[in-house]
Amino acid sequence: MSATFHPTDELLVAYGAGSLDEASALLVATHLALCPRCRAEVARIETLGGAMIEDLPPADLGADALASVLARLDLPPSPPKPRRPAVGSPGLPAPLRDYLPAEMEALPWKRLAAGIEQVVLLQARGIRARLLRIGAGIAVPEHGHGGMELTMVLQGGFADQGQGYARGDVAMADRQLVHSPVADRSETCLCLAVTDAPLKLTGLVGLLVNPFLDL
Amino acid sequence: MAPDMGSALAFSFGSIDDVHVIDMMRRRVEEKGGAVPDQIRSVEPETGATPMSELLVAVAQSGDRQAFALLFQYYAPRLKTYMRKLGTEDAVAEELAQEAMLAVWRKAASFDPGRANAGTWIFAVARNLRIDMLRKEKRPEIDLDDPELVPDPAPRADEVMATQQSESRVRAAMCGLSAEQTEVVTLSFYEDTPHAEIAARLKIPLGTVKSRLRLAMKRIRSELGDDQP
Ligand SMILES: [Zn+2]
Repeated sequence: MSATFHPTDELLVAYGAGSLDEASALLVATHLALCPRCRAEVARIETLGGAMIEDLPPADLGADALASVLARLDLPPSPPKPRRPAVGSPGLPAPLRDYLPAEMEALPWKRLAAGIEQVVLLQARGIRARLLRIGAGIAVPEHGHGGMELTMVLQGGFADQGQGYARGDVAMADRQLVHSPVADRSETCLCLAVTDAPLKLTGLVGLLVNPFLDL
Repeated sequence: MAPDMGSALAFSFGSIDDVHVIDMMRRRVEEKGGAVPDQIRSVEPETGATPMSELLVAVAQSGDRQAFALLFQYYAPRLKTYMRKLGTEDAVAEELAQEAMLAVWRKAASFDPGRANAGTWIFAVARNLRIDMLRKEKRPEIDLDDPELVPDPAPRADEVMATQQSESRVRAAMCGLSAEQTEVVTLSFYEDTPHAEIAARLKIPLGTVKSRLRLAMKRIRSELGDDQP
């Protein structure tokens, strides 16, 4: 099974070039684990990066640059961080597991509304990545966006604006969109969501559901 | 006579240039009985590897310091230029270039010449090191051993060679881009905030940067015969 809705070329280029913020990069890397097509695209972008390095004019280095690096070759490197095993977080690709402080069920889930919970994984440069768990058949209260919102399905699926999103699919919302995605009836929907500004709730539900203002 | 460790070190960076580095690599290749490459990016017909990739493999397999010194002489000055283009001051750019080459030495075992050329791999190491050291952020990346990883479709026989030559193919595809497209693709590598800085620098709307980038990537995909929906 592979994804139907992919991150945009701009996101993939920014990820490959290294300019993307950490939260968005987490979403792209998690998508890459599930999508051979986008992996090939990022490999091409990295090849462009390699070609560009080789085409750059060389800068002058200090006279002892090589000697000082050679002198350090035998120093022991700091050990690499072990990656988190799949135990306790079934179905989550490695890049995402690295960001979980605990197993899925032991995470500090916070209730946002009936049938909807979230846990924030990281915030960097004002952009936040969180896991969102939406009960089967539950509709997320209608909301608009102060900025962009990227949502990737990890388990289950949801329908939004007449499209169906399944595991690996990335939905994008921007400033113009006001929407109310609905989780599929068959199972709980687990998503990784990245937002760069607080969501704006619209309508009466928004006024009633205060915790959502924390989104 | 092949250059030994001492003579590799004897070059000061004021005097050594690419011609010397390429010449030393030629002699290493000849010494091993291989074909003499015309230039560093040429592809060995038998292995599909570039001379730079062979040097990196020598570092990985036998901790070959002379091979590392040659890689350093070629890439370290260019990595410093790369760091400076990202707005890093001279002294820090030099430190990052040196640290990146140290990371190249330490991570060499994970270099797979069947997946990437040396230049591509070294670019990725330098990019990640800068994110780690300068931005103090982690770099989320896939793990090729991850059981959740959806595997690549099996490549056709004719695609294996294509992977090994992908760098020259991507370069050729780049030549097919318009000047404006080349500009936004190139600038994408020299910024820390996606695309907004390019728009400001070129004094064009953000939407124009994005559409040029999309067209450029579409063009590159179709040049490489990889244009899927
Ligand atoms: Zn994809």
